[in-house]
Formats: sequence, structure tokens, C-alpha cells
Amino acid sequence: MAPLDDIRFSLDAVAELSAILELDGFDHVDSDLVDAMLGEAARICTEVIGPLNAVGDKSGSVLVDGQVRTPEGWSQAYEIFSAGGWGSLPIDMSFGGGGLPWLVANCVTEMVSGANMAFVACSILSQGSVDMLIAHGSETLQQTYLPKLVDGTWTGTMNLTEPDAGSDVGALRCRAERAADGTYRIFGTKIFITYGDHDLADNIVHLVLARTSDAPVGTKGISCFIVPKVLVNDDGTLGEENDVTCLSLEHKMGIHASPTAVMSFGDEDGAVGYLIGEENHGMRYMFTMMNVARLQVGLQAVGVAERAYRQAAQYAFDRRQGRAVGAAAGPSLIAEHADVARMLIDMRAHIEAMRGIAMLNAAAIDRESHASEPDEREAAAGRAALLTPINKGWCTDRSVAVTSTAIQVHGGLGFIEETGVAQHYRDTRITPIYEGTNGIQAIDLVTRKLPMGSGRVIGEFFDEIEQHVALLFGADIEVGPLGDNMTSALSSARMVTRWLTDTFGTDPNEVLAGATPFLDLMGLLSGGYVHVRRALAAPSGDAELVAARLATARFYGEQILPRVFSLVPMVMAGSETLFAIDEAAWSR
Amino acid sequence: MNVVVCVKQIPDPADPGELDPESKTLKRDVKLILDESDSYGVEMALQLVDSAGGGDVTLVSMAPNNEVSGLRTALAMGAAGAVLVSDEALAGSDSLSTAKVLAKAIGRTEADLIITATESSDGYTGTVPAQIAELLGLPSVTFAKEINISGSTVAVKRQTETGYLEVECPMPCVVSVTAGVVEPRYPSFKGIMAAKSKPVDEVTCADLGIETDAVGWSGARQEIIGIDRAEEREAGEIIEDEGEAHERIISFLEELKVL
Repeated sequence: MAPLDDIRFSLDAVAELSAILELDGFDHVDSDLVDAMLGEAARICTEVIGPLNAVGDKSGSVLVDGQVRTPEGWSQAYEIFSAGGWGSLPIDMSFGGGGLPWLVANCVTEMVSGANMAFVACSILSQGSVDMLIAHGSETLQQTYLPKLVDGTWTGTMNLTEPDAGSDVGALRCRAERAADGTYRIFGTKIFITYGDHDLADNIVHLVLARTSDAPVGTKGISCFIVPKVLVNDDGTLGEENDVTCLSLEHKMGIHASPTAVMSFGDEDGAVGYLIGEENHGMRYMFTMMNVARLQVGLQAVGVAERAYRQAAQYAFDRRQGRAVGAAAGPSLIAEHADVARMLIDMRAHIEAMRGIAMLNAAAIDRESHASEPDEREAAAGRAALLTPINKGWCTDRSVAVTSTAIQVHGGLGFIEETGVAQHYRDTRITPIYEGTNGIQAIDLVTRKLPMGSGRVIGEFFDEIEQHVALLFGADIEVGPLGDNMTSALSSARMVTRWLTDTFGTDPNEVLAGATPFLDLMGLLSGGYVHVRRALAAPSGDAELVAARLATARFYGEQILPRVFSLVPMVMAGSETLFAIDEAAWSR
Repeated sequence: MNVVVCVKQIPDPADPGELDPESKTLKRDVKLILDESDSYGVEMALQLVDSAGGGDVTLVSMAPNNEVSGLRTALAMGAAGAVLVSDEALAGSDSLSTAKVLAKAIGRTEADLIITATESSDGYTGTVPAQIAELLGLPSVTFAKEINISGSTVAVKRQTETGYLEVECPMPCVVSVTAGVVEPRYPSFKGIMAAKSKPVDEVTCADLGIETDAVGWSGARQEIIGIDRAEEREAGEIIEDEGEAHERIISFLEELKVL
């Protein structure tokens, strides 16, 4: 069951859907369409994609004679998914997509992620390739590749990582040689290529980062190429196989059905590649897609956390053990025991906060590209850039924690694979790692995002939070200490932000040492802001849900938000202790 | 070829709401959805029109409060438009009244073929399809598991308890289809978007020339005298296996005469 009630509520309460739908370019979308679309997407998740989740985990994708085979049922599900246009919802209508705001399209990404995280990765990668081509591809490349990528006949991949170039992309060595006909020949090996090979589509369009022989060192010498698995003839039909090989698949902790390939380009004469944009601009092009790609990983984390939570809640209201305090006779439902009740509300309050942060991030991206006034677009771009590492870093870390708690609710059975809840934990564990590790997100936040607009961008976010907290004090809403603790947390956040900004110039390592606790702090604060907005909007509607929303907001204020106060000294502790152990002593 | 499909919008069986003790009928003031048993007829109709090389699929429905959400689902699947009969006077209609209303509504279209489900998933009377045919003076073929059109003749494989019958009849006619007839498609996003602007002709009893006292509670010829909860199923027998459980299973199956 997809969380339609909360998605719908969050869209209005947190992300102001109606305001997003009034932006230029969304005339064809209204609230009824959003309802109908989410309902049908939820049905496909429940009936088609969700049931394949455990199947895919067990059998995984396998490499047979150089060709990757996805698990049984995957092709049919992909066919239904792509024929329905579900993979291209946010793509502009002029390119054949659904033309939906990211805010709305992402609700489907969240649901599909919850149904089957290994499945959703394929369409996320294709969307990324489409975005790249629309933003930077020549008209010829667009005409050749876009229609089939958009309708799902072909899929896309991102080839960045190499054995010695992970977080440091600038160290990559994949080589591009200019050919006489204006194309390039690509040579090199790429690793960790999601859906690098599979049997779902007729062709796979690889976006490959490589450097020409005379390119500058580091990230300034990286170019971006399209390297199709099968070459495309001038009339659009498929021609010869390109010099591209899937060497092996990784054996992973989770998302077993999502094939993670080692790809080899140019084992023979070189793989034919087509330059996107200009040489040496590849890294800049990649950055234009980074916000959306990182947002999508945050959404995966929300979706999987939600599914794990639902499974745990169902179990807790089914399993009976012991006699709960106040119960006439045992055995009581385990949900009636205080510690299990605490775990359930902790998961729920976190997921609501995560979903809200992802929606605030998506709404900012929509305003950045669709607001009518330039200053509004600029402010939104700043907000999107600020929220991206917070969403990616915090939501994925919390997803690991929530799925772990879901196992804990099941007790010993949670540790047994057949119960099915362990898969969510194994699956979501990749989200803090890929698309920029959370360490990279924290560094991005303190070194690139805090200084934006000389502190104006983060300052405006703090101001906005403050205004909503003030509204909460003015309203007759019972959410315990949420308002008071938000006021204190906000003042702590402003204080450590000033400290980080002041210290960065003089001692950057002090700042980097505190980056991760600061990201955690900002995630907690942003989650509190989400709950403030939810509480402000809660008093109308279904009485049962209103009470539940106020309860999670109150719990967040009482038991989650106060962690901000313990993070403050951690942010400002400095780096000296981190390096205090002598290298020789680490192994002793 | 133009096909009319009669569809019912019903409370979601996953969240069925409750019975009204007064009227002894299902409360239908919640959001209604397309009866799943009708999605097979819609799919069949779309495929028949497609293979005929042209024509439209039109939906006909009767629902309270001008409810269209279930219709939108069928429109998103590909139906071209709908006739919706909504009138307070229709509350309490029995199956014959329903058939009269649907027959009149079908009269507003030009149908070569009328498809229905065998029965609705909330009422289960199973009598409406034949009643519509009788009222329209058309042939009726029920329980179709396969439909083929050839010229102006429809050839149907009719599911029976022991197998199937092959029957033919001239069009126009009324054919009720079983759940196995085809696999209904999932609406695509573009289908959902297009459904928003497809025409739904909303009509009342007066528009159809139906006297309001001939339908609804006043016109009903059947009366619901009582409603009771279904008896709970008895707990099964648990056999401890001491090496002979398989013999107990065999004798149990023999008692049931399945072996």
C-alpha cells in the first residue's frame, strides 16, 4: 500500500502544490490530475512492481555470455511502466514527456522506490541522460536519442567512476581520441555502472566521462560523450554493436536486481563516442544534473523507509507478547508496549520529515526553472542548492536508521531473511554512499552552500523557518514543545553557521571536521520545519489523521529535535582529536 | 464499429464502507471507483474497436452525485466518452429499474455492440445484462470468454460449468463478459491526462423520458427484507503428524469426493 494519504497531505501542507501548479508551463496539470495519476501509479506499484521486490532480491540480475539477464517478470513490469509513461513524467512535453513538476513526478519515484528500489534505478538513470541531452546535446544527438530514451525503448546510464576515480572524479583516466569523421573513440574501464547492461530495452545509451590526450588535468579536462551499446544508423534503425562490453557484475549487499556493471570501452578499435557540448566541459554539464540526481537518491531513501515502517507497524499490530502496562490480561500486542510504540512513532515522525524535506527540495527546483521573475528563480536556485545535500545526506542516513528500527520491531524474526524486512535495510544502505557519499554532501554543504550569496541563501531559509514557527505560536495547535525547541534549535543553527563561516577562512580543517554533525543538525532542523508546516495545516480533515499528524509533530519536537543541542559542540569540536592517534597506532 | 460498455462505479472493495441499516443497501456517498469486473469489458471493447479499424467505445453508467471518478479510469484506458445518469430519484433502484435506465441511456448512442460484465462486484444480482437486452429487443449472449466479430455477426465462446459453447448472433446485441476474457490494460499517464477532457454526457431521468416513480424506491419490485453477517468460517482441523498425516489427508479428500 502506497502512502497516498500522507503524500497528498504533504504536497499541500509542506510544498504548496497549488502555488507550484500556477508556475509557467504547468497549465495542463491540476489537483484532480495529480490525484488520478498518483492513484494509478500506486496501483501499478502494488500490483506489478512491488511483488517483484523479493523475487529480484533472491535471484538478482546475472551475467550470462556477456549479456545481463534481469530477474523473471522484470521485462513485463518494465514494459508496463514505460508504456504508461511513468518513467518520463518530469520530462518536458515538447520532448514527449509528461511535463509534470518535479514535485509531483517525484511522488511516483518515491512510491516506485518503496515498491522496488532495484527497479526504479533504471528509470532514474534514463531521466538523467534525457536531462543531460536536453540541456547540452546538439540537435542531431537530441533527435537521434531523445525520443527513444523518453518513451523507454532505450535506457540511459552514467559512466563516471573508475577504479582510481571515485569521489575524486577528476582523477579519471578513460581516454577519448578524435576520429576523422568528427566522432571519438573511447578507451577505458568504468565501474559501478548501474544498469550498465540488461535485457529490458533494445539499446543502452551510455553517458561516459573521458579525457582527450591534450586535456588539462583534473576536473577541467573532462569531456562527456554518448556511447551507445548498439550504433544507430542515419535512418534511426539499429546498426552494428559498438565496442562496449559488460565485463562483470558486482555482488552487492542489496539492490541485487539492479545490475551494477564493470564496463569496458574500446577493447578492440575503440568504442564510437559522440561529444556532448564542448570538450573539457563535461564536469560542468554533470553538475547541472547533480541536484536532481541527488534528490532522487533521497527519494529512494524515503520510499524504502516507508515500506519498512509499514511492514513493522503491521507486525506490531499482529504479534502478541507479554502483558502491557494497564492491560487486563496478556498477551498484548507488542505495539502496546511503550518501547515498541516509541520505535513506531519514531519511524513515522522521521519519514514524514524526510518526505517533506524532499518535497521542499523538489519545489525549489521547479521554481528555479519555472518561476516568471528572474530574482525568484535565483532565490529558488539557491534554496535548491542548499537543500540538496541536506536532503540527500540526512534522508539517506535516516533511512538506514528507520529500516534498522523496522528490523528491531520484528525482534529475532527481523534478522531472518524470509521475514523480508532485512532486505529494506540492505537495499537502502547504498543510498548514503552513491551519488556523492554523505561525507561529500557534508563538505558540499559547509564549503559551497554556506557561503552562497555571502550567507544570504541560508539566512533566508532560517528566516522562513522563523516566520512559520511564529505562526505556530499564534495558532491554537497542541504540539507540545515543538515551537519552543524549534526556536532554540534555530538559534543554535544560526550560531554554528556563523562559527563555520568565520572559521573556514582561517582553518578549513576545523570546518571539515564538523561538516557531518552540521549536516545532521541541518537535517534535524529542516525536519522540524516540515513538522511545523504539517502542524499548521493539520487541523482540518479526517480526525484520525489529524490526531496522528499532531502526535508525530509533537514527538518530533519532544524526542528528535533536541538532538540538535548535542550536535552543537560536535560541530565546533575541531579536528585536533581526529588526528591525535599516531598512524602506527591505528593497527594496534 | 461502435461499442457501448455498461460500467458501474462502486465503493472501493479494499475500503468498502458500510451498509445503511435503514435502506439495507451499501452506503454510496464515498468516493467510487470503476468496478474491476467492468474493466474486462472496457478492455474487450477497446480491442474489438481497434481490430475493426475504427469506431468508438462509449461508456454508460448510472451513479449517485454525478460521480465520475470510476468513469475517468475507463476513459483513461481509452474509451472516447460516457453517458452518466445521475438523479436522486434513482436511489433504491432494483435491477430492473437499473436496466430500464441503462437501456434508455444506451438509446442515446449508436451502438453496434453492447458489452457488460456478468454481474457487479457490490450487488451480484447478475440479471441486468439480460434485462437490458430484453428492454432493447436485442439478442443476449452471456458469460463470454472470447468474442470475435465477423461482418455484422458476433461469434462468442460462452463459458459453461463443463466447458464452453460456441454461439453466433447478429449485431447489435448485448454480450456479458467474464473476468477471464482479456487482461485489462493499466491507464497510461497520457491516457489519464486525456481523460480529463473527454466528454461525459450527464443526464437525468427527465432527460431520458423516465417517470421518476417507475424507478428508485417507489418503482422497485424487489425488497430487501433483512441483512445479516455471513457466518464465520469454522476453524479447520489441525492434525499432528505422527507419520500418518498423509493418510488422514487422503481420507479427508475422499470424504469430499475429490479423490
